Amino acid sequence: MTAEQTHRYRSDASATSRRRFIFNSLGMTLSATAVALLSGRTELARGAGTHTAQSPAEDVQILNTALAAEREAVAAYQLGAESTLLTPPVLKVAIQFQGHHREHADALAATIAKLGGEVATPPASYAFPVETLHNQADVLNFAAGLERGAVSAYAGAIPLFANRDLSNAAASILADEAMHWAILRQALGLDPVPGAFFS
Amino acid sequence: MIRRRRPHLRWLPVLLCAGVASAAPAGDPIRGASIYQRCLACHALSYHRVGPKHCGLLGRRAGRAPGYEYSAAMRDAGFTWSQQTLDAFLAAPTQYLPGTSMGYAGVRDARDRRDLIAFIAGASRDTARCPPAQGSEAQ
Ligand code: HEC
Repeated sequence: MTAEQTHRYRSDASATSRRRFIFNSLGMTLSATAVALLSGRTELARGAGTHTAQSPAEDVQILNTALAAEREAVAAYQLGAESTLLTPPVLKVAIQFQGHHREHADALAATIAKLGGEVATPPASYAFPVETLHNQADVLNFAAGLERGAVSAYAGAIPLFANRDLSNAAASILADEAMHWAILRQALGLDPVPGAFFS
Repeated sequence: MIRRRRPHLRWLPVLLCAGVASAAPAGDPIRGASIYQRCLACHALSYHRVGPKHCGLLGRRAGRAPGYEYSAAMRDAGFTWSQQTLDAFLAAPTQYLPGTSMGYAGVRDARDRRDLIAFIAGASRDTARCPPAQGSEAQ
């Protein structure tokens, strides 16, 4: 994305349509939920279709899926850190982010145990697209994709939990992943926060 | 009498839009690629991760990609992935298939789902994204 595309305060028609184009191309048009919220159609915004978990067992299943994704993120940052493709300052950030993911994983595992659930065993190995990682930008892009996905994964888990405390905890993890994503985009020379809504 | 009708009329544009949306033939795979970013915490096209790979998804039986360990619910789902089943699943996965381990509320917007499905279908036909060895089991 060019610097020109990050100009946000121009209000002429061409800037508006350019913004719309950028938003569209990033899949960041207002979600149906946002539109419903903004127009006050709360019966739609409340989401008649969301099936909430009915039991701690279902919550545990959601937590275990999130745990698997966090463990994979830890492994992915490890791969990046060991790749020798990262400059020292970027490596430092990668190791910091990896630490956050490890903390998320530990918190999720502890919560599963507290709920009486079984913490799934991690896989023996992960399939990563190593053949596509040739330089620092490749590694950052790969990590940014995982972080972007994590924002959605938690946004998609939050409405499902039977126990609202878990939704609260998931939101605090989501916030952290969103910051990672923004920093990685910044490091890639992209607009760090390319929109106002992300689902 | 007229007053009473207003609330119904208010929904008319929504209904019309819904009609147009479901009648429209194909989604936009380019827009769908950006929607697919939402899936990237758990999925990749060509290899299994937290969730199964998506190459060759359309036409494949649900819960049957070799080498991935599905929930009992998905393994025993008994349907085949088509535009229709995928659309219904992605709208609300845990509602469409209770017991699925895909703990994700879903993609609410019908157009987003259509574009997403167009992207997955298109990628499966693209040998760069989905090498033949990975996608061929769909047939
Ligand atoms: C939080 C992690 C997560 C996210 C996010 C996620 N999925 Fe899944 N997905 C899974 C898991 C886990 C399964 C296996 C489900 C089971 O076995 O019940 C799955 C299964 C599926 C299946 C069934 C595939 C088959 O082989 O039968 C489809 C289709 C699917 N996901 C599509 C998507 C799409 C499209 C998105 C993005 C909008 C998405 N998923 C987002 C974790 C996720």
